[in-house]
Amino acid sequence: MFPFSFEWIWDMGHVVFMGGLWYALTIIGLGMTYCIIKAALDTLKGNGDHHH
Amino acid sequence: MDSALIPKGVKRAPLWQFILFLGAPGTVALWGVYAMLLCWFKGLNQTNMNDAYGFALWIWADLAVIAVGGGAFFSGLLRYIFGKDVLKSIINYAVLIGFICYSSALLILAIDIGQPLRGWFIFWHANVHSMLTEVAFCLSAYFCVLTIEYIPLILENRQIDKVPFFHKLGHNMHEIMAVFAATGAFLSFFHQGSLGGVAGVLYGRPFGFREGLFIWPWTFFLYTWSAAACGPCFTILVTKITEKVTRKKLVKDDAIEFLAKVSGWMILAYITAKTIDTWYWATVTAPSKGFALMDFYSNNPFYGIWILIVEVVVCGFVPALILITAKGRKNNKALWTAVILAVVGVCLNRWVMVLQVLAVPVLTFENWVMYIPSWQEIATTILPVAYGIILIAVSYRYLPVFPHEAELNPLEPSTAPEPESAAVELPVEPGQGLIPAEA
Repeated sequence: MFPFSFEWIWDMGHVVFMGGLWYALTIIGLGMTYCIIKAALDTLKGNGDHHH
Repeated sequence: MDSALIPKGVKRAPLWQFILFLGAPGTVALWGVYAMLLCWFKGLNQTNMNDAYGFALWIWADLAVIAVGGGAFFSGLLRYIFGKDVLKSIINYAVLIGFICYSSALLILAIDIGQPLRGWFIFWHANVHSMLTEVAFCLSAYFCVLTIEYIPLILENRQIDKVPFFHKLGHNMHEIMAVFAATGAFLSFFHQGSLGGVAGVLYGRPFGFREGLFIWPWTFFLYTWSAAACGPCFTILVTKITEKVTRKKLVKDDAIEFLAKVSGWMILAYITAKTIDTWYWATVTAPSKGFALMDFYSNNPFYGIWILIVEVVVCGFVPALILITAKGRKNNKALWTAVILAVVGVCLNRWVMVLQVLAVPVLTFENWVMYIPSWQEIATTILPVAYGIILIAVSYRYLPVFPHEAELNPLEPSTAPEPESAAVELPVEPGQGLIPAEA
């Protein structure tokens, strides 16, 4: 649910619940985006790290 | 045939034996899928749930797998946030077990809601006054985290790892795993707690109702604590079972011992808090609602006081006292006993807090309501177990789940792989073939 949904009410319950969900999903999304973009750039550059 | 996919330096059974091994859990899984389809197409009349038991076997199984799956978030916290490198030997497996537990929980929920096509309603039309909404949010988000923690393991498969992009992606994900682990711990804390909170806020059900701190009843904290305490025991238990089945040592002793020690102290702290909570509830909270302790444990064919004693003493203090002593942890039989008791204990706690809560009569004209699940409920509850066995078997065969397996099980020179084709496709001599258990 987003603030532009008709059901949305600006109260503590909606802000805390939905804010917590977005917060977690944002961290997960940004983390994965960073990993994917960095992997793509490293692959294009041909960095040679082939073993952990 | 599939030797190119098998990790380097380890021994695996021939493919046909592996497929044969998957036959038993595969059959059980098909039985579960059939029951699942019955529930979806014919409806929840396939179950023995009724007005008294809106929560039944599925919700117990849900809470139980989430509790025992807590080993993933707690091990991840210790490994990535507190830097306990000793857990390197077992962390992959803890993640895999957690992934299985949480995907199973979501599968059970998908069956339980009756109309899975409307599953997304809980996100879009969220009831922000319900603890179960918070559970659904955190459960789904944490499953994403577990998937992210499991992906690097898949990317380490010998063939996938040869693709530069996937190799680098896995490497990058490892590098920032602490961020995901911290997010996972945050999410786990809240959904484990809210599951306990649901029972604790039922003021119309004196068996479950508890006082607490601000909006959180004590059961909120007890659930989180018990999952963090007993989850690692389940990780150890599954690891030990896997070692028995494969007849190999897969994890270093120091990793098991460390996890067992931490778990032991956590269980001791939890069960002490649980005892205090039970005492306060029995002497203050329940009497204030007009109930005596024995009202909850008498006049019915099943729920006697034994269940409280088994949960708190036999499956609480006993495993805790075994695991906090070095002698207990080092003794194989004692360790097995302790981890089994701890896992049974947390599952029993969830049973009591889900089903006994609903069974206890709350009005003078009511009687105890007993419940026996239908075969469809049982089949769909066993389904995740079969699924778990299959996923563990496939992961164990093709992924480097146990990073120290090769070191702990050096191959004999005659069976050692050629330098170029590192995977081992063992020649099986007549009468000396690998038994299915090794698959």
